[in-house]
Amino acid sequence: MKKSNRRRFLEITALGGTLAACKTGGKVEEPAPSRLGKPVSAYGERAPFEKAARWTRTTRTPEQASSNTPHQDLNGIVTPSSLHYERHHAGVPRIDPAEHRLLIHGMVERPLIFTMDELHRLPSVSKIYFLECAGNTSSEWPEKTAPDVQQSHGLASCSEWTGVPLSLVLAECGVKPGASWILAEGADPCRMSRSVPLAKCLDDVLLAYGQNGEAIRPEQGYPLRLFVPGWEGNISVKWLRRIKVGDQPTYTRDETSKYTDLMPDGTARQFTFEMEAKSVITYPSGGQKLSGPGFCEVKGVAWSGRGRIERVECSTDGGKTWKDAQLQEPRLRIAFTRFRFPWNWDGSEALLVSRCTDETGYVQPSKEELIAVRGLHSNYHYNGTKVWKVAADGSVSNV
Amino acid sequence: MCKGWSALLLLAAALAAQSPKYHVGRAPTSDEIKAWDISVLPDGTGLPEGKGSAVEGKALYESRCQKCHGAKGEGGDYEQPIAGGKDTLKTPKPIKSVGSYWPYATTVWDYVNRAMPFDRPETLTHDQVYSAVAYVLFLNGLVGEKDVLDAKSLPLIKMPNRDGFVKDPRPDVAAPSKKKGS
Ligand code: HEC
Repeated sequence: MKKSNRRRFLEITALGGTLAACKTGGKVEEPAPSRLGKPVSAYGERAPFEKAARWTRTTRTPEQASSNTPHQDLNGIVTPSSLHYERHHAGVPRIDPAEHRLLIHGMVERPLIFTMDELHRLPSVSKIYFLECAGNTSSEWPEKTAPDVQQSHGLASCSEWTGVPLSLVLAECGVKPGASWILAEGADPCRMSRSVPLAKCLDDVLLAYGQNGEAIRPEQGYPLRLFVPGWEGNISVKWLRRIKVGDQPTYTRDETSKYTDLMPDGTARQFTFEMEAKSVITYPSGGQKLSGPGFCEVKGVAWSGRGRIERVECSTDGGKTWKDAQLQEPRLRIAFTRFRFPWNWDGSEALLVSRCTDETGYVQPSKEELIAVRGLHSNYHYNGTKVWKVAADGSVSNV
Repeated sequence: MCKGWSALLLLAAALAAQSPKYHVGRAPTSDEIKAWDISVLPDGTGLPEGKGSAVEGKALYESRCQKCHGAKGEGGDYEQPIAGGKDTLKTPKPIKSVGSYWPYATTVWDYVNRAMPFDRPETLTHDQVYSAVAYVLFLNGLVGEKDVLDAKSLPLIKMPNRDGFVKDPRPDVAAPSKKKGS
């Protein structure tokens, strides 16, 4: 009897504390210290009540697919590594770090091969950066938009990345005069390869081996990935095995056929690296339901590949009027910024939307403004605002 | 593309002059580099010896590619077409195939060599890659059935959309007109 009451208490707590408990109407009992809890463990697991999971659409080639971060279930700015979005082009390879090598060659004075152990010996840095797939939010180009924030915005996540500045390793190799690009290549079965301007490599690119305090997850490129801050995710080549320094882009498949943006006049933009400022409300968002009128803290995330988020505004009338949201500090460059907006819902239909401004003064456009310039077929780099409709019954949906 | 890059390029020049500071890592042998260096440039640099035409490519395509890409490259298990779509890029239903969209034939070789067939990548010989690429280009009407592709002839193929790419003009969407602090 006592035991089952206690279990019920725990379940109720997990469901959202006092509110849920009140609804049951029953007396909430203190958990009795009658039984010992679980002993210590070697590797932690989340509470069994927590079900947040990545989402993926079905495909006939699941190794060439993506999975989305459940923003609606997350707090703060760091995405748990286990919920970081995935985008693979030939599945997740199993790589023994003891066997892994990074080769740097091409227009360098001294080609070098590094073991993981050697890379770990070099001076390192840790930085909190978001990573976003160029195709994130491409669900929003058509008239019919994604029903929830996981489907619309789930191909963006934010982690602390640790590694060696690429500039440092390139200096070890001695870049030859005239060099202007590198080719980065993965050890996955498709040997994912992308060209990166040398100037960016010398600026802030990392050879990353750490994510959120532990080794990078296999899905994120274990044991080593390139990390190119603020640029489309595909260029942060995972399972990095080779860097070739050269004087031109290689024009690989993933910078010609893919990750180029087709315009209405039939031309396509090439080397559209930067991820422009974007924000989205994660609560209340599509698929959720407000239990009734009253206070509700609107929450969301904003980010910009060009730097810091300076301002987020929220509207409850679909963008007719705007008010500033509160920004959680610290606001880091090229990282998620959490915003919050106190709202008293009067119970009538509302249209919730956020828009952000980054340190360059760039303001996140609306869907209409974006489509007016780029048409409907550029696929990548959608960063328009996202509107959620709160119906009178409290249910939240896409518009 | 980005302001301040010319300054960084000067930095690059400075890096070249630097001598190694940490002496970590070892020099690869030229054989090691050769074995790893599979990338191919638009001018054909990196293309290995070997050759093939669509005649040989046909049987290979039917047994190793067709299931996923369709008999005519129209799409199969992988739905996006790799052939067709000529002159559609400006239309309301653009089709981005090898023939209609890709700027360089060398990219097809580089990609098929490193990534295809999807279920068994890097299992084709160089002759087979030339043949498969020839067949894909043949399906797109860009080479004749008997045209032999090799390291010399492949880079000479002018792809229809070769000049279809433009630089990134972003930020391209104007900020909404509103007064600061409104
Ligand atoms: C088991 C299925 C499968 C087989 C077999 C296969 N492919 Fe593919 N192919 C794919 C998938 C999936 C992709 C997309 C991969 C990605 O997006 O990263 C692809 C992509 C391609 C592309 C690029 C398409 C684009 O739009 O960018 C070409 C070209 C191609 N394959 C050619 C071939 C050739 C030639 C063969 C035979 C030698 C072959 N494929 C065999 C599944 C397959």
